[in-house]
Formats: sequence, C-alpha cells, structure tokens
Amino acid sequence: MSKQMTGAKMVIQALKDQGVEVVFGYPGGAVLPIYDELFLQNDIRHILVRHEQGAVHMAEGYARSTGKPGVALVTSGPGATNAVTGLTDALMDSIPIVVLTGQVPTFMIGTDGFQEADTVGITRPCTKMNWLVKDTAKLSETIHQAFHVATHGRPGPVLIDIPKDVQFATSDYVPAEKAKVAHYQPRTEGDPARIAQLVELMEQAERPILYTGGGVINSGTRASALLRELAAETGFPVTSTLMGLGAYPASGKNWVGMLGMHGLYEANLAMHGCDLMINIGARFDDRITGRVKDFSPRSKKAHIDIDPSSINKVIHVDVPIVGDVTKVLEELLRQWRARGSKTDQRGLASWWKQIDEWRAVKCLSYKNSTTTIKPQYALERLEALTKGMDRYICTEVGQHQMWAAQFLGFEDPNRWMTSGGLGTMGYGLPASIGVQIAHPEALVINVAGEASWLMNMQEMGTAMQFRAPVKQFILNNERLGMVRQWQELLHGERYSSSWSESLPDFVKLAEAFGCKGIQCKDPKDLDDAIMEMISYDGPVIFDCLVEKHENCFPMIPSGKPHNEMLLGEADTQGVIGAKGAVLV
Amino acid sequence: MSALNIKKGSSSHSAYDLRATNSEIEESHTLAVIVENEPGVLARVIGLFSGRGYNIDSLTVAEVDHTGHRSRITIVTRGTPAVIDQIEAQLSRMVPVHEVHDLTMEGPSVQRELALLKVAGTGTARVEALQLAEIFRAKVVDSTLESFVFEMTGTPDKIDAFADLMRPLGLLEIARTGVAGLKRGV
Repeated sequence: MSKQMTGAKMVIQALKDQGVEVVFGYPGGAVLPIYDELFLQNDIRHILVRHEQGAVHMAEGYARSTGKPGVALVTSGPGATNAVTGLTDALMDSIPIVVLTGQVPTFMIGTDGFQEADTVGITRPCTKMNWLVKDTAKLSETIHQAFHVATHGRPGPVLIDIPKDVQFATSDYVPAEKAKVAHYQPRTEGDPARIAQLVELMEQAERPILYTGGGVINSGTRASALLRELAAETGFPVTSTLMGLGAYPASGKNWVGMLGMHGLYEANLAMHGCDLMINIGARFDDRITGRVKDFSPRSKKAHIDIDPSSINKVIHVDVPIVGDVTKVLEELLRQWRARGSKTDQRGLASWWKQIDEWRAVKCLSYKNSTTTIKPQYALERLEALTKGMDRYICTEVGQHQMWAAQFLGFEDPNRWMTSGGLGTMGYGLPASIGVQIAHPEALVINVAGEASWLMNMQEMGTAMQFRAPVKQFILNNERLGMVRQWQELLHGERYSSSWSESLPDFVKLAEAFGCKGIQCKDPKDLDDAIMEMISYDGPVIFDCLVEKHENCFPMIPSGKPHNEMLLGEADTQGVIGAKGAVLV
Repeated sequence: MSALNIKKGSSSHSAYDLRATNSEIEESHTLAVIVENEPGVLARVIGLFSGRGYNIDSLTVAEVDHTGHRSRITIVTRGTPAVIDQIEAQLSRMVPVHEVHDLTMEGPSVQRELALLKVAGTGTARVEALQLAEIFRAKVVDSTLESFVFEMTGTPDKIDAFADLMRPLGLLEIARTGVAGLKRGV
C-alpha cells in the first residue's frame, strides 16, 4: 500500500528513507512548502547557512568526512545559481552530494517569473545528472534515483529541481526499494584477465610505484585497508595525489609522499623513473603529469578506475582495469596470493636505495626564522601539536593548501578535505563546518589563506549558530600568495593586484561574530597560541601573520616534466618559458 | 557538408583493447546513441560535445521506441582515434545513455540522408534539372511553372554531388536531415 502525501512531505520522507540526518540549506519562496515540512519534524536537522555556496561546500565536507552523500536545499533562481560553484567543485572531485532546488510553479516556467532561472539548463554541465520534476507522482522515485546515481559508479553531484506547485500537490509515495535504478549500474568488478596481466607485471617490476588517488578514498575505508595490505605484501613504494592523502598512512613504511606540481622530489622522481606505474583511482591530472610527452617515459602503466572515460584520456596505459578500487584490489590480492607471487627483491632493494637518495635531498627544507613565522613552520607546529588527535583538516586554495599537504601527515582516509580539481577559494570554511556537523567531538581545522577565507567568511555565523567549534587557522601573508609566486616566476615580478589591502582585523572580526580571535606573529608564541586555539570550546579565528614573500617549493614549473623540479629560490631564474607561461 | 571519409580498423567500444593513441590523423565516425527519451537528453549529449570541444558534422534524433521511450541519436563526428574513443567513453557514462554504437567500426553499415532541394528556372535549365534528378533518382515533390522541389535520399556524398549540379541550374534552398545509419546484417 502506497501512502498519499504532498510533494513537500515526500521530499522529507525520501530523505529520511535515504538515511539523511542533516540538510544544509537556505529558505526562499520556492522551497517554503519543504521548509514547512522540515519544521514539522525532528529527524532531519537543518543547518541554516549564510550563502548557498556555503551550503553545497558544507554538504561536500560532510560527504567527504563520512563517506555518505551530503544534502543541500536551496531556493530557485539565485539560490540555485549560487550553488553552481559547489556543484562544479563536487563534480571535479567526484563527491556524492544531492542538491534540491525550488523552482517557480510549472505553469510559470518559461515566463521569466520572479526568481526563475533555467536551473537544470545551468547545472547540466556541472552535475553528474539532474532532473526537473514536473509531476508529484514522480518526485519520490526521482529523489531515490538521485541518491543512487550520486553514490554509484564514479560519485558526483546530482540536482533535483522541484517547482512549487509540485511541492503542494499530492500523490503516492514510492519507497526507496521500489524505485527503478536498474538502468544505471556501472561496472564495479575488474576484468580478472587484466588483473592477471598486472600481477605478472608486478612480479617482474624492478622499479614499481603505486600512484593512488581520490578513488581509493571514494571507494570506502575497505579500499584503504586493501591498499595497505598490497603495499605491505609487495614492498612497493606508495605516492598519492592531493585527493588521495590518508588512504596510505603518512607514517607508513612505503610512503614516499605526495606527488605533483608541489609534490615531493622523491615522489616525482620515482614517478619519472619507475618501470611499472600502478595508478589506483587517480586520473593523470595535469597537476600530476606535468609535460605529458615526457611523463614517466620508461614505464608500463596500469590504471584502475571506475570511470572508463578516465582511461586513456590523458595518458595512454598498457593495462586498463575498469572497476571499483575495493573490488579490483580484492581480486588483485587474491590472485597475487594464489599464485604465490614474489617481487623482484634485488630490483626493489636498489629502487628503494635510489628513492632514499632522492629523499636525502630533503626537498621540504626551508630557511626558518626566529623573528617571522614561516608558513611551513606554522604547519609543522600545528602537525606536532595535533598529531594523534581525532583530527580533520580542510583547506582553502593556494600556497597554504600545498604546504598543508606537504607538512601535515594523514593516517586515515576521509580526514583531509580540499578542493583539488576545481581549486575553489572559499571552500575550506564551509567544508570545515560540514565536517564538524558530522563529527561534533572531533578537532576540525581549516588551514586557510586570508584571501580565500574572506570569500566565504559569512559562514562563521553558521558555525556560531550551530555551535560548530571549527578552528580557522589562517596563514595571513596579506598576499594572494600563489598568484604572487607565479607573478614572481613568470611575469617579471609585476605583482598585479595580488596583495590584500584593507584586510579586516581578524581578532575583532571574531569578536563581532561572537567567537574567539587569536593573533600570533612571533614564532616564540606560536605553540602556546595553537594550544589556546585547540583547547578553546568554540569556533576560533586564528590570524597567523606569516612571512609575506615565501614561495612554495618544490615546484614543477608549467610545461616541464617531473625530473625538472625547482627545489628552492636559487633554481628559479628564467625557468618557465613562453610555452609554460600559457599553462596554468 | 564535407564528404564522409570513413576509415576502419582501429577502434574499440570499451576501455579494453584500446588502440594506439599516437595517431594524429582525424577520422570521421558515425555514432548511434540510444538514449532515454527524457527532457533535456539531447541538450546533455550536445553539451558534452561543445563542452569538451568535440566536433559534430551531422546530428539526427527521433524517438524510435514509443513504448520504451528510447530515442536514437545519430552523430557524425571527427577526431583522432584517441578522441573518438574518449567521445564514446564520455557518452557511455552518461546516466540516460543506454547504448553507444560506432557504426564506422562495427562492420559495414548503411548510412542515408534525406534532402529537399528547391530549384528555380525555366527553359533548358529546367529540363536539364529534371533529367539530372532522374539520374540521381530524386523525386519531384512540388512543382510550379518556375520551380521544382526535389526529394532525394542517399549518402551525404551523393547529396553533395547533386546539389553541386543543381547550383548553376537555379538551386535556391536546400534542407538536409543529417545522417541516419544502421549496421548491415544482424
């Protein structure tokens, strides 16, 4: 027996049936019936944001730290257009979120009504799938399908646009188990024959490397456990993209650090010099490959990915394996063990010796100061003082993000939330609130730059209202640091609009929001100040005044291959040619 | 529209058995995409092409299964083998897409386009147009004392050739449907 209910009630019922506990949202005319239903129940918590972009990033933070889909609810027109950045961010980073938008009533669609926008048209290229539901009878089933699509195959954002009259009208509720989802069942099992090929290559490899990415995190915690088993049983070195940090522990024996444009010297040279590259859930992003023509020229490459379109998109691979990381690694380990496979011990030993030599370069070393806080030092201290705590880290985008990836160690998956693909400044603060809502007792820190942070600082109001004790650790250099670095290296030190004037007094700003503000500018005071931030029971805005002209190294300049890294200031003269300057 | 330049022998339809990506030679491929006939599905497919910088030389679409709500989109596109593989993979992963067939690669296929051509003229030009239409098996579907509308079906090449001949004889307008195609045999 199906139950009759209004569209608005269906939305709430469907969310409950999907196990949703929290919705991040902002009301408006076109979603009032849904807000009415939210008011009349207590199972789903609503977090009132200050801007719809914040709602979507919070849903992303929630999703990435829990492995469950995040949900945002916004109104029509501007509510929907404000969600676009978050949707694109989630699409690029494959984050499962469900965004519900209100729409003008069906009979007004196309009349340029008040707060009308072609939401499905605008969001079509920035969602995995979207729907405009014009009939209440189809609403509940569509919501269930949306959750299915968001979380199956390569995860991603989905959007459901619900006209106001559809919310008022009444129809039968279709429960989750009756919703038709058969038409979208992406392949998850890897081809055993391909996996066998990979096993053979692994037995022969002298210089192998496991190159892991966000797909390992998205596949669930089991994938990380399997990756650790694989590394332990083979002794292969492990590197990871920005998105994959935490899948293999930073304290692990085989860890060689993050790779990529600002990745570690040893990781990038290992990628360049390997004879077998096993890509697990990464996508050969341009931040990783550098100059494609010279990318890891002497290696056989295997690529495990759930999305067939990721394979051969950028780099041609020898062994493509389409499947879910967990299932593929299970089969890989099963075959490896069943065959009694052995690695090339001699080859591996000399490979590790080589990697250790690269490590000895100490590519992350920097010149510390007793008078100014170096951003790297600030992060080293943050790492030392929070290590072992139940800790989640978010970041904004820029130099601080790269330093955080370099200097903070991640032991587990789902502990690191950063905008990787889209590079969204303003991501970190709302994401940290989403994480904190999901993990109320945990220490949630947003490592930020002052410029990024200002982009969504209104969300401190959300943090205060919902008692989310997020710590905003702002490395304040009064510059758009990464822009400034590029202008220094590429544009003749002409610092066009890359400094911040008229910055707010962050301590007073904290007071204005009713939270705690801390400013620190002397390295000697830093430890105490960080401890004060951690121990404060509530949100903190930590204004860490750092060296203004520090550059982020190592760096692979645009248009260069992995083996042409810059390690420090001395290497930087005239390194990026005209061709490289065109790239971003 | 330029002549179809169909080459065979190097593509695949899954991520498995991938072909060499180093070929820089552009090929023309005809893709049949079976989709759920739901609002916006065509925009979704076309948006993929424009958003990722792929070419569309021709496109036809119609619902082919009214009970199952399936539409068939036939796209003629151009690209290097790697780009064609990427287009197929990108299409295949779209939620409302059920099947993607590369007619150019799946063995021999029949490809046809329908065109309507309006030719105006009197005297010998008019007679000549009519004779040529007969040779090309174009049908007269409308006639006045000063004009004909010809209907013809054929490969895009054939339509191009006929249109070229009609131009000096008073071709006024041409309407083409784009290519529809089916694999030969079963």
